Amino acid sequence: MNFDFTEDQHEIKKTARDLLGSRSSFAKVREAAEGKAYDDGLWKELVELGWPGIAIAEEHGGGGLGAVELAILSEELGYALAASPFLSTVTAAEAIGAAGTPEQQAAWLPGLASGEITGALGTAGGLVGDAEAAAVIVLVGEDGVARLLPRAEADVTPVDSIDPTRRAARVSGEGEPLGGESTAGVDRATIVVAAELVGVSQRALEMTLAYVKERKQFDTPVGAYQAVSHKCAQMLKDTEGARSATYFAAWAADAEPERLPEASSLAKAASSDGARDVTASAIQAHGGIGFTWEADVHWLYKRAQVDAALLGGSGTHRARLARLLAARLAPAAA
Amino acid sequence: MDLTFSDSEAAFRDELRAWFESNDPGEMPSGDDASYAFRREWQRRLAEDRYAAVHWPEEYGGRGASITESAIFFEELGRARRPLPANVLGILLAGPTIMTFGTDEQKERYLSPILTGDEIWCQGFSEPEAGSDLASLKTRAVKDGDEWVITGQKVWTSGAQYSKWCMLVARTDFDVPKHKGLTYFLMDMEQEGVQIRPLVQITGEPEFNELFIEGARVPDENVLGGVGNGWRVALTTLMNERSGLAFFLQVRLRQLLDELIEEAAERGLLDDPVVADKLGYLHMKAEILRLTAYRGLTTIEKYGTPGPEGSLTKWMWSETNQELAQFAADLLGADALTTGNRWAYELLRSRGNTIEGGTTEILKNIVAERVLGLPRLKGASA
Repeated sequence: MNFDFTEDQHEIKKTARDLLGSRSSFAKVREAAEGKAYDDGLWKELVELGWPGIAIAEEHGGGGLGAVELAILSEELGYALAASPFLSTVTAAEAIGAAGTPEQQAAWLPGLASGEITGALGTAGGLVGDAEAAAVIVLVGEDGVARLLPRAEADVTPVDSIDPTRRAARVSGEGEPLGGESTAGVDRATIVVAAELVGVSQRALEMTLAYVKERKQFDTPVGAYQAVSHKCAQMLKDTEGARSATYFAAWAADAEPERLPEASSLAKAASSDGARDVTASAIQAHGGIGFTWEADVHWLYKRAQVDAALLGGSGTHRARLARLLAARLAPAAA
Repeated sequence: MDLTFSDSEAAFRDELRAWFESNDPGEMPSGDDASYAFRREWQRRLAEDRYAAVHWPEEYGGRGASITESAIFFEELGRARRPLPANVLGILLAGPTIMTFGTDEQKERYLSPILTGDEIWCQGFSEPEAGSDLASLKTRAVKDGDEWVITGQKVWTSGAQYSKWCMLVARTDFDVPKHKGLTYFLMDMEQEGVQIRPLVQITGEPEFNELFIEGARVPDENVLGGVGNGWRVALTTLMNERSGLAFFLQVRLRQLLDELIEEAAERGLLDDPVVADKLGYLHMKAEILRLTAYRGLTTIEKYGTPGPEGSLTKWMWSETNQELAQFAADLLGADALTTGNRWAYELLRSRGNTIEGGTTEILKNIVAERVLGLPRLKGASA
């Protein structure tokens, strides 16, 4: 058993951390959020690196790597809070790749892999990130069936969500169902969202630690007080717990797909609760400054809130876990 | 990343399953003495086939198992619903500490009877005035010829009434900073100077005891790791405290949760969305615990030292076990509040989980200082 990344996977993580550290600073994130526009240069660079297509099959022009590598990139983009259509595009590609017909895959995956087009994925009635600019939208209905909508067939109403680092919209339209098992596609997409939430949590934790080591009251760094340090310990516990669940889910998605439904719900429930709590604690531990527009912690809190609701909040996933468990342990009652 | 077990790990698991299958000691009898004797006999059987301490080196009767294999052993022990061996403190704490600091004579003398359960061990660390602040302990050892004379009081000593030996930390030097004046002794419990008084816990059981030590004698050769080196030796014991056992506890928690779900199903409660939500939540927490414990194994095997996740599992387990027991009480009502009911027992026993083996508050201090690098408040120490 090796519950750690391979050397190549560590390398991907490090490369992403370094690159995004210089290209997607909080100053850049703020610029994109306040200007309501993404940094095209950043997206171009990500496309040149092949990131949007990293997990798309090679026959469709992708990198042919797995859900773990995709989760690594998603986590790092979450850590950087990068303002880009990455998450929207790769989640659409995951759904189409896992549940699309050969025709649907051939129609959309090459464009998504090359970065020629972007995609979007979300639930009917929910906020769908980056739908306006997307060429193709995967919309999950209340019945759980994922439908594929070319942009021209989708009714897209842009809205300002509380997270200005990502463009949001409400979407409706008929489209056509993905040909295969929708659930598998949506579950794989859900893991990518969970990974982004882990990255957001990690960043919030690190920012908080830096702040409470520096900030002094009563001549003492506030991080020395147990009311603060124990809160930080809790943030670590929430972050690491969500990380365990999310890495497991990413691994299971490829290696043990029969565990995908449970693993995906586990990851999303843990990472949604975790990121909301961790980013809220980050604001609290920063005190008054944490509540200002000027400090950067609020971007993390906002991303966590919107991501937590994407593809089902933790309540939805806990209910699903309970159903899966009941079916296993008490099939007669279920 | 590959969460499948290696062929040899899987083979070891299969071997253990088969062994536990064909070695069933039957139902554990009730009553402290009877159940202890039962676990002692169980340990003898384990030792006969070299399963009592798989993580010990082969030369001492173990199997030289890796940390992952040791985790597998405890998982399978729990899964088969077999009890922990009677001398669990000897196997997990005293043995490895003696292997690290003991002289050849000490290893020769003590290790084998630990393994067979012929000699039971208890842990004499905590005192009434020295709990989380262990280094402030006051039990004193004074040199008298080639012996040490020990006087003081210890508390929370599990299994003292069955023990032949005690891992005892006492102060041998009062003139140096508190961590420096300590010495680790291997003390014979069978002497006049050691009196044991059972401490009844909130469940009504006397799992642990107070030790009153009045002029007990320990020969020089029973100092472990050198005079004045007791703090370092004691830390080695404490670091072993949360090793393989975590996997046994993790599996037991899983079993309890599954049984609660079955009980909820029998009562037709699974359709209640509030119940389902809470069960989904507990399942999530149990899985996070299991997966985080596995991540911890990989970190230790790959990098030699525990990662951040290593400090979290005891905290996660104790918290989840309490939440589970509390939810059982909500779900089952009067049944779970009636003495004799297993859930009533869990409701009481689980309160100890966040205290025993390091309180959650101390664990948070450790995480804050050693993992997160936060400054230490003056006077407080993890």
